[in-house]
Amino acid sequence: MSSEWPLWEVFIRGQHGLNHRHVGSLHAVDASQALRNARDVYTRRHEGVSIWVARSSDIVASSPSENGPQFEPAAPRVYPHPTFHDDEARPT
Amino acid sequence: MSEDRFEYALRLGDNALILSHRLSQWCGHGPALEEDIALTNVALDLLGQAQLWLELAGALEGKGRSADDFAYRRDAGAFRNALLVERPNGDYGHTLMRQYLFDAWHIEALSALARSADARFAEIAAKAEKEAAYHVERSAELVIALGDGTDESRARMQAALDALWPYAGELFVGDALDARLAAEGVAPSAESLRPAWDAATNAVFAQATLTPPAAAFAHKGGRTGRHTEALGHLLAEMQFLPRAYPDARW
Repeated sequence: MSSEWPLWEVFIRGQHGLNHRHVGSLHAVDASQALRNARDVYTRRHEGVSIWVARSSDIVASSPSENGPQFEPAAPRVYPHPTFHDDEARPT
Repeated sequence: MSEDRFEYALRLGDNALILSHRLSQWCGHGPALEEDIALTNVALDLLGQAQLWLELAGALEGKGRSADDFAYRRDAGAFRNALLVERPNGDYGHTLMRQYLFDAWHIEALSALARSADARFAEIAAKAEKEAAYHVERSAELVIALGDGTDESRARMQAALDALWPYAGELFVGDALDARLAAEGVAPSAESLRPAWDAATNAVFAQATLTPPAAAFAHKGGRTGRHTEALGHLLAEMQFLPRAYPDARW
């Protein structure tokens, strides 16, 4: 039965957290059921203060096969990091 | 009079205990992982409430009986739960319908009890009310989703409503004890909860495209220990271990 239900991604902001964090996924027929299921599956013990759910199919993800072109060029560059503005980190 | 309050605490505790056990029978058998977890959470909430009410009953009785003593060392005739909560699980539709009929009563009963003249009742009710508010929201949405769902889900929910309806009326038929506690401001009279329950359930059944039976006949007997056959079977399972191994610890 649950395989017929769409998949939802669950994001929860805990009591001491500033941001919603991805905690996992679940199946539900609609958004309100997804929120209720998220409450039951993910918040019983650490009592989050806010829940977001989003249809997994609505999330646009980067492709793992493009990880090289996407992320590697940033590695050797120092200037995007805040330490760039320290005198010592400045390239001579 | 503390005998009345003892008896009333037993009624509340037994309702929660027996329904909790019924729901726990679904653990690992739910129709979907999410439902399995959600229903088990409700079972745990009710078990916690049962413990509080039965501890209060023990204190009011003053004979040193614990919540476990009440749960495991009484026979069916000594249980004071409404017949509705002992009805068998049936299919998932039956379980959800039984839950909704109970939850819709429970939230009204607890919100009235939270204003009880007896602080011990008010305190437990205030805590339980928050849990019950979530229970009724959940069961109402599922009754609507399945009632106003496919032909098959609608037929199953209507069958569940037809089968369980005669067991709901008992919740609203008070006895002399109810009347005395209502006069003292300790508990609401059973009848006083009916209008709010009717309004809430009628609205949900209308959205769910379900029709409650017109017959007003209600099975009665839970509060005097005259239970359906189903309770004996439930207790045989629930009480087996502590009865076979008295005072076992685990």
